[in-house]
Amino acid sequence: MAQQEAARLPDIEVAIWRGGEDGEYRTYRVPRQASQTVLDLVTYVQRKLDPTLSYRFACRVGVCGSCAMTVNGRPRWTCRTHVSKVAGEGRIEIAPLANLPVIKDLATDMTRFFEKWQEAKGVHVPTASRHDPIPRISPEDKRRAAANAAIECINCGICFAACDTVRWNEDYLGPAALNRAWTLVNDARDGGHGERLAAVAAKGGCHACHTHQSCEQHCPQALNPTASIAGLKRLTVEAFIRGELK
Amino acid sequence: MTLRLYIVQRATAMLMLPLILGHLVIIFYASAKGVSAADILGRTAGSVGWAVYYGAFVLLTAAHGAIGLRTIAMEWGRLSQRAADALMWGTGLLLLALGLRAVAAVVAPGSLA
Repeated sequence: MAQQEAARLPDIEVAIWRGGEDGEYRTYRVPRQASQTVLDLVTYVQRKLDPTLSYRFACRVGVCGSCAMTVNGRPRWTCRTHVSKVAGEGRIEIAPLANLPVIKDLATDMTRFFEKWQEAKGVHVPTASRHDPIPRISPEDKRRAAANAAIECINCGICFAACDTVRWNEDYLGPAALNRAWTLVNDARDGGHGERLAAVAAKGGCHACHTHQSCEQHCPQALNPTASIAGLKRLTVEAFIRGELK
Repeated sequence: MTLRLYIVQRATAMLMLPLILGHLVIIFYASAKGVSAADILGRTAGSVGWAVYYGAFVLLTAAHGAIGLRTIAMEWGRLSQRAADALMWGTGLLLLALGLRAVAAVVAPGSLA
């Protein structure tokens, strides 16, 4: 039934960014299908119309975080974005993610995004070895609950692309890296809290956030990095008062 | 530096809030009652209370505004941190000087002549 309905729909006009930073949009006509996603459109163009189109995807089910693109001006995970939701007047404009250098077409260079994770000390610092007993942490523990609320990040870069502060301040670590830092400072098993707090309190750290909440608005996992950053601001001020941060 | 500026800006905001509300009440009171400039100066002249109230207000405003301008200058004006720091200090000290001069004018009229 849905297939028949889709068959009656006119083709959709898909404008796709082609080239590098100074590229341009090229328009393709793609047949509509039932339950079609934006990633399906891009894949159709690459497989049937123009094999030179470059884009990035892997899982197609919203787990890997590699297919994020700008769809009609908004950053979205294309594999979980239905065409019916964004088609509007029967036209869709697809561009690479903002705030990242374009390699070619829809593929961006995400080096800078992941370097920020390193700068924010987003790596777990173990405090025990495999020979030690596994620490018991109650799921009801306040800090564990705070970490759990922020931990389902899939590293898609959508928050980074949506963030005004990332656009204005090249030192800014960005919502994803700071959100990761927040999950770790709430992890009782982690031993890098002091160094991490110093990293997120430095230039370009959590205090650069203007609380615009674009990250929270666009996060496909419905996370709230702004809240995580607010938590980091609170912890760093407390550490400053205790004399642990300068 | 970033953390300290953040703390100063948040702290000045918190301290300014009651002063702003008081300032608004004073404006409404003076307007509604039709108090003349001479009446106001009569009450403020020699008053330590008004000197402290508006002196603190000026100090907090100068610090708060200058730190905010520093961020705007760097993010929207693309100024280097060094230039933005200079702008912050310059603006802050200018606001402080102008503000304290105004406070002096109402609590110690004639002192600036």
